[in-house]
Amino acid sequence: METGELNPNYYPARRAAAVVQHYLNTRYGSPYRWMFLGNVHNASSEDVTEGRKYQLELTIQEMISNVSGPCSAELLFPGAGTPQVQASCDWLLPNNTRAQEEAFYQQHRDSHNLVSGDRIPDSYGHMEPTMKPFWHLGGVASSFIMLEQSNQSTLYNMAQVANFTQLETEKDQLRFQYHVLLHEMVSQEIIHWKMLITWSPAEGVKVLQTDLQPKCNCEDPPDSIN
Amino acid sequence: MTLHQVLRITGRDEVQHTRLQELTDMGHLQLDVWKKPIDLSTPVDIRVPSNSLQTVKALLEDADIPYSVMIKDLQAVLDQEMEHMGFRATEPKHTDDYDYGNYHNGDEIYSFQDMLVAENPNLVSKIVIGRSYEGRPLNVLKFSTGGTNRPGIWIHSGIHSREWITQASGTWFAKKIVTDYGRDPVLKAIIDHMDIFLEIMVNPDGYYYTHTNDRMWRKTRKPNPGSSCVGVDPNRNWDAGFGTTGSSNDPCQQTYRGPMPHSEPEVKAIVDFVKSHGNLKAFIDLHSYSQRLMYPYGYTKNPCKDQRELHDLARKAISDLATLYGTPYTYGSVITTIYQARGITIDWAYNQGIKYSYTMELRDTGRYGFLLPANQIIPTAEETWLGLKTIMSYTKDNTK
Repeated sequence: METGELNPNYYPARRAAAVVQHYLNTRYGSPYRWMFLGNVHNASSEDVTEGRKYQLELTIQEMISNVSGPCSAELLFPGAGTPQVQASCDWLLPNNTRAQEEAFYQQHRDSHNLVSGDRIPDSYGHMEPTMKPFWHLGGVASSFIMLEQSNQSTLYNMAQVANFTQLETEKDQLRFQYHVLLHEMVSQEIIHWKMLITWSPAEGVKVLQTDLQPKCNCEDPPDSIN
Repeated sequence: MTLHQVLRITGRDEVQHTRLQELTDMGHLQLDVWKKPIDLSTPVDIRVPSNSLQTVKALLEDADIPYSVMIKDLQAVLDQEMEHMGFRATEPKHTDDYDYGNYHNGDEIYSFQDMLVAENPNLVSKIVIGRSYEGRPLNVLKFSTGGTNRPGIWIHSGIHSREWITQASGTWFAKKIVTDYGRDPVLKAIIDHMDIFLEIMVNPDGYYYTHTNDRMWRKTRKPNPGSSCVGVDPNRNWDAGFGTTGSSNDPCQQTYRGPMPHSEPEVKAIVDFVKSHGNLKAFIDLHSYSQRLMYPYGYTKNPCKDQRELHDLARKAISDLATLYGTPYTYGSVITTIYQARGITIDWAYNQGIKYSYTMELRDTGRYGFLLPANQIIPTAEETWLGLKTIMSYTKDNTK
């Protein structure tokens, strides 16, 4: 493993930077705020007693407002377990999305019309406009899993929301059951996870339960994942 | 229209009839009246959006007005109709009428290929280089202005079936070549000296499977003896550093390399063609996603002999690609840029002496991933074409 300055375009730096992206989503993500990795500008790494430490300067893009900004981060891949991240992105302030988040929250808070959806996006990359915030929310919630599962040999993205169902609001939190497909780039596997999540503008996204779905090596009949 | 319902309502008397008219006037319910309340004997058909359903049904039940649900989920009905319509009405008879801004199934792509050849007999011919495991033809379109065994450029897409943007772009490139041959001096110069070979569906079995069963299928569809898992990763099946780290020996995994190099008929067909042609100078393998342009090697960290030149050409190609929409690409060798991978296409091609061997990962960088929206097909194809032309032009200039 290279130590010292890393080429910011090569995979060791990019994999570390993707972990920072997932971390930021767990901290700041919402149905109207979903972060992706832009460029890595500088990267270095070294072995430490607890594992492998990275220092990164990168650009993060917030997908919905289309705003990008710089972040610095320090990340530790321990021998085993969840990577530990510290990141500062001064421009990521929870202000401009407040109105949309409040409106969305109020619209769905009353459990009269519980929403659900599947195949977001569908095979053609399409989704109904009303489904978009649920797609964002699924992506943000998936970041909790992707953060936890990441190591130096992985690179995760959410491939699709297979389905989601809104459950009764509890303690002022919107609640959802999600089934997501994660794409792990190094192994090229598609990994199915179910999760129980909550969200409110005040509390942000929380993932209460996660459930890795067994990989079925049987030849499945046509299923809803199409 | 998901979970919108169509209700058929029959007011039983004057009072109910009036209530019904009042109901349809309530703007906030967003009711869409299909059949108006004209008189007592005629039922009223109303489309009710899903979020008004509870309210409307409650109002009807309170007023004791009988109703029945005629259509339980309007979207399902529409989808079925669209399928029918799509099949009958929109089958193009000419490649001018083909919808390049949409994804097509395998049958449509085969049709397209035949139409293109029929419309452009002086420029395009079809070569069947083999059959897939399930017996589908492996078609290569040859773009040529004549000559005998001119130096050639090979471009292929769809080696991994779930990477739909590649087959869609390949189709667009095919049309672009015939459209622009007479208009684009750069393209004309290329084709007057070299032949272009374009295989749009390297893995047709996989592609059909992504339409019928599993949108995320990557591999071929050949069963593996002794395993319940199907398929080999066709981009780990080439005879270049075949085996060990960088591919898998587990038939259930996505990067399963297969029992031996070139075990997959889809791969063998290309190997046989390339060897018998003997005069290819560039080889481009299209994938998605990540926005990367990469050159050999994937199986070893040792730089390939022409690394400097390939690196510089890659830089130029992605810079030209970005002139259109600013789409950023990274570039480098496979092993440094993405991961160690053994038995990949371009390592084999390069080792055959095809110097300008590149693999390209098209849009995007993970937001939509494999499920790239159809409205990005043409922009992706357009920008990728600029990068390809840079590589092809340079190849022509450096080929005797």
